[in-house]
Amino acid sequence: MEEKHVLVVFPHPDDESFGAGGTIAQFTKAGVPVTYACLTLGEMGRNMGKPPFATRESIPNLRKKELKDACEVLGIKDLRLLGYRDKTVEFEEEEKIVNEIKALINELNPSLIITHYPEHGVHPDHDATGRATVEAVRQLAKGKRPKLYCIAITKNRETVLGNPDIVNDVEDTMSIKVEAIRAHRSQTEAMFQKPIDENNRIKKWLKEEIFWLYQFQSI
Amino acid sequence: MQPIDDKKVQDALNNYKNKTIYIHLETTNGAYAAHRNDAAMAVSAFIRNGKIVFSQGKITGDNPYRVGLKMDDGWVYAQGLTDWEIDTEERLLLAGHDTEGRIAVALHLSEKPFT
Repeated sequence: MEEKHVLVVFPHPDDESFGAGGTIAQFTKAGVPVTYACLTLGEMGRNMGKPPFATRESIPNLRKKELKDACEVLGIKDLRLLGYRDKTVEFEEEEKIVNEIKALINELNPSLIITHYPEHGVHPDHDATGRATVEAVRQLAKGKRPKLYCIAITKNRETVLGNPDIVNDVEDTMSIKVEAIRAHRSQTEAMFQKPIDENNRIKKWLKEEIFWLYQFQSI
Repeated sequence: MQPIDDKKVQDALNNYKNKTIYIHLETTNGAYAAHRNDAAMAVSAFIRNGKIVFSQGKITGDNPYRVGLKMDDGWVYAQGLTDWEIDTEERLLLAGHDTEGRIAVALHLSEKPFT
C-alpha cells in the first residue's frame, strides 16, 4: 500500500463508508491523506431514520452533518462537496463534472482514485460519477494517470468484468468502518435494528472490499 | 413529522387556496428496487418547484390519506400520505412512510420556492 494521496469520488454521503470505508481507514491510519469528492448530499434518499426523524426538506443539512461525522471517523481531513443534486447527476453536462474532477486531480496529484465502475453502479448517480471520473483520468497523459479502483455492484459483475483485481480484507479497520456507517444515522439506523443473525450476515458482507482496476484501451 | 391529523391538514391546505404556490411532489420505491428483486422495477418521479394555483384542495381517506388539488387545467394528486408537519419555514409537508420509515410519497406546499 504505497500510496501518497488517495482521491475518492462518490455521489452520495454513505457510498464511501459502505463501499470503501475499511480501505479508506487503512490508508488514513497509515498516514496517507485521503480527499473525498462527494457530488450530492443525498437529498432524495428514501431513508429518513427509523422512526423517521428527517423530512425531505431537512435531510440535506442532516446528511451533510452525518457525512462530516463519518469523514472524521474515517480520518478523511479533506472533504469537497461538489453541490450537485441527488438523482440528477446523469442529466448534468458531463464535461462540467469531468473538468471539476480533472481540476481536483491536477491539484492533488493522487496516486490512486476510487470510484464506481461505469455501468456497474446500479444507481444512475453511481454510473454517471464513475463515467465522469474515468473520463477525467482518460484525458490525462498516459504516463500521468493514477491507478483507478472501481466498485462494481451489479449482479453480473464477475461475468462481465472477471474476478476483482483487488480483494481487500478490512477486518483490522472493521470497527471504524461500522462506526462510519452508523454516523450516517438517517440512512443506516434501520439496518442496525435488524436481528443479530441478520447483522452477522451484514458484517460478513462488510468484511471484504473488492475493486476492479480500470483498464484503459491502449490510447 | 407527526401522524396526520386530517382536520389540521385540511385547515393548512385551505391557507394555500387561490394563491400562486410552489409544490414538491414525489414518489419512489427506491433506486435499488430492481436490484433487490428481479420482478420489481425501480420507479420514481419528482417535480420540484412546480408553480401552481388550486381552487379546491381536500384531504381524504383514513390513514393513509390522499390529497387532491384541483387546478384550472388539471390536478395534483398524492396517495399514501401518513405524516405531516408545518416546518420552520412555514411550509406544509406531507409524506407517506413505509414500515421501515422510508419515504414512499411526498407532497410539499410553499409560498416561496424550495431550495
